[in-house]
Amino acid sequence: MLQEILIAGFGGQGVLSTGQLLAYAGMIENKQVAWIPSYGPEMRGGTANCGVTISDEPISSPLVTEPTTLIVMNRPSLDKFEKAVVPGGYILINSSLVDQKVKRDDVQVMEIPANQIAEELGNTKVANNVILGALIELTGIVSIESVVESLKKVLPPRRHNMIPVNQQALEKGAQLAREMKK
Amino acid sequence: MSKVLMKGNEAIGEGAIRAGCRHFFGYPITPQSELPHYLAKRMPEVGGVFLQAESETSSINMVYGAAGAGFRVMTSSSSPGLSLMQEGISYLVGAELPCVIVNVMRGGPGLGNIAPAQSDYFQAVKGGGHGDYKLIVLAPASVQEIIDLMQVAFDLGDKYRTPVMLVGDGILGQMMEPVELADEVTVPEIAAKPWAAGGLQGREKPNIINSLYIVPEDCEELNKKLFAKYDVIAAEETRWEEYRLDDAEIVLTGFGTAARIAKSVVDKARAEGIKAGLIRPITLWPFPSEVYARAAEHAQKFLCIEMSMGQMLEDVRLAVNGKKPVHFYGRSGGMVPLAKDVLAEVKKIMAGGAE
Repeated sequence: MLQEILIAGFGGQGVLSTGQLLAYAGMIENKQVAWIPSYGPEMRGGTANCGVTISDEPISSPLVTEPTTLIVMNRPSLDKFEKAVVPGGYILINSSLVDQKVKRDDVQVMEIPANQIAEELGNTKVANNVILGALIELTGIVSIESVVESLKKVLPPRRHNMIPVNQQALEKGAQLAREMKK
Repeated sequence: MSKVLMKGNEAIGEGAIRAGCRHFFGYPITPQSELPHYLAKRMPEVGGVFLQAESETSSINMVYGAAGAGFRVMTSSSSPGLSLMQEGISYLVGAELPCVIVNVMRGGPGLGNIAPAQSDYFQAVKGGGHGDYKLIVLAPASVQEIIDLMQVAFDLGDKYRTPVMLVGDGILGQMMEPVELADEVTVPEIAAKPWAAGGLQGREKPNIINSLYIVPEDCEELNKKLFAKYDVIAAEETRWEEYRLDDAEIVLTGFGTAARIAKSVVDKARAEGIKAGLIRPITLWPFPSEVYARAAEHAQKFLCIEMSMGQMLEDVRLAVNGKKPVHFYGRSGGMVPLAKDVLAEVKKIMAGGAE
């Protein structure tokens, strides 16, 4: 099993931390993991992305140039990375913020209104975890339990009150992906 | 022990602290700035000194002072910063001062860019400053190995009274990987340094830290002494990793990030019936020449993979000594080789195509 996930959006959308959460969950499940951010000359409000590799084998390069899954949190990221996804791979789109359609027909696309769902849950900050929940459902890459476990380690104790709403977001995203798959 | 996810740059800092380093002098530069960020927070927690100097030239000379006073001390930078430090490194060697110098390499020459590269190999292993000297140069290939080699770096520096350099690249610095860390930070025992300028302590004559040898005979004696030391280091401290080498017909080689990519290509090539193996130098100086010489007895071809235009290549060729052809595949200027392209090169070489 080798999955290479590229998560891309605006700085401030939690793109880098979502990737870290996923990597941490993989580590908890004793898989090989690597995380790497784009660290080019970025600017505030500009695009940010990170690559997460989760594998049963040692990871050679952490760079994700041909993702098996692309998570798109804003429109510029779709323009930039749509072509990079491997044929047969997944593109998960935050359709609350991206109105553009995927042009390719050799990838599996799922549009998730992540901000809208997060708003319904009472906190727009958990939009990234709605998408992460859908990713987990589609790929089986890690379990939701491991992500929740990771939240306990990644979040400082004073923010642990945020764990339940994040868990709801993960479960809601997974549920939506289950329904869309049918 | 607990397993934590850690950035390479942070691991350099934590590794240094666990090796007993309590003095850091440096100046920020991408892609290693997380290291001073981390130590700015961490050093005060363990009663250490973090100081952001006004330049790399100042940093390296502050290292000279702290090392001369007998402390475990380090500095870090990225390629252009290391160029600025070369004079100070030569002085540290001349005064036989132990310290650790980190280079998280980026694209060059010139101001270049902040993307990962390995093009400071020559500067690191051939003596980037003036005079006859070598540095012990360590090249980790994972975040865990960074932690482990930081301890080695400080120990070897003290043991041989020599500066030690640890080289990485932007990928190793920026990436996060799991590392095993002891839950408690214990201060390791550090042998006494009776040569240090740390006060008279009952002696009659003060110790003097200096790299001036005005009488040529004296300076030649210093050089002989240094090179006798280098002979011992080469005999006892050479480190490398071998992978699937025993029956290899083509030997891939590289260090750090390039070696990780090469290792994955070894497996891919084997899966396609090509007998490939790997030699990964962990010490770039001393270079594990004998391992290549031995491999040249049975292997047919060598392929050196680097994130440069080919620098370690020269040492591989010296080690193979004309017995077998040594090919090269590299990307430079901040570009990183892709496994599939290296595999294509391996196939081409084994088909007799590339020369």
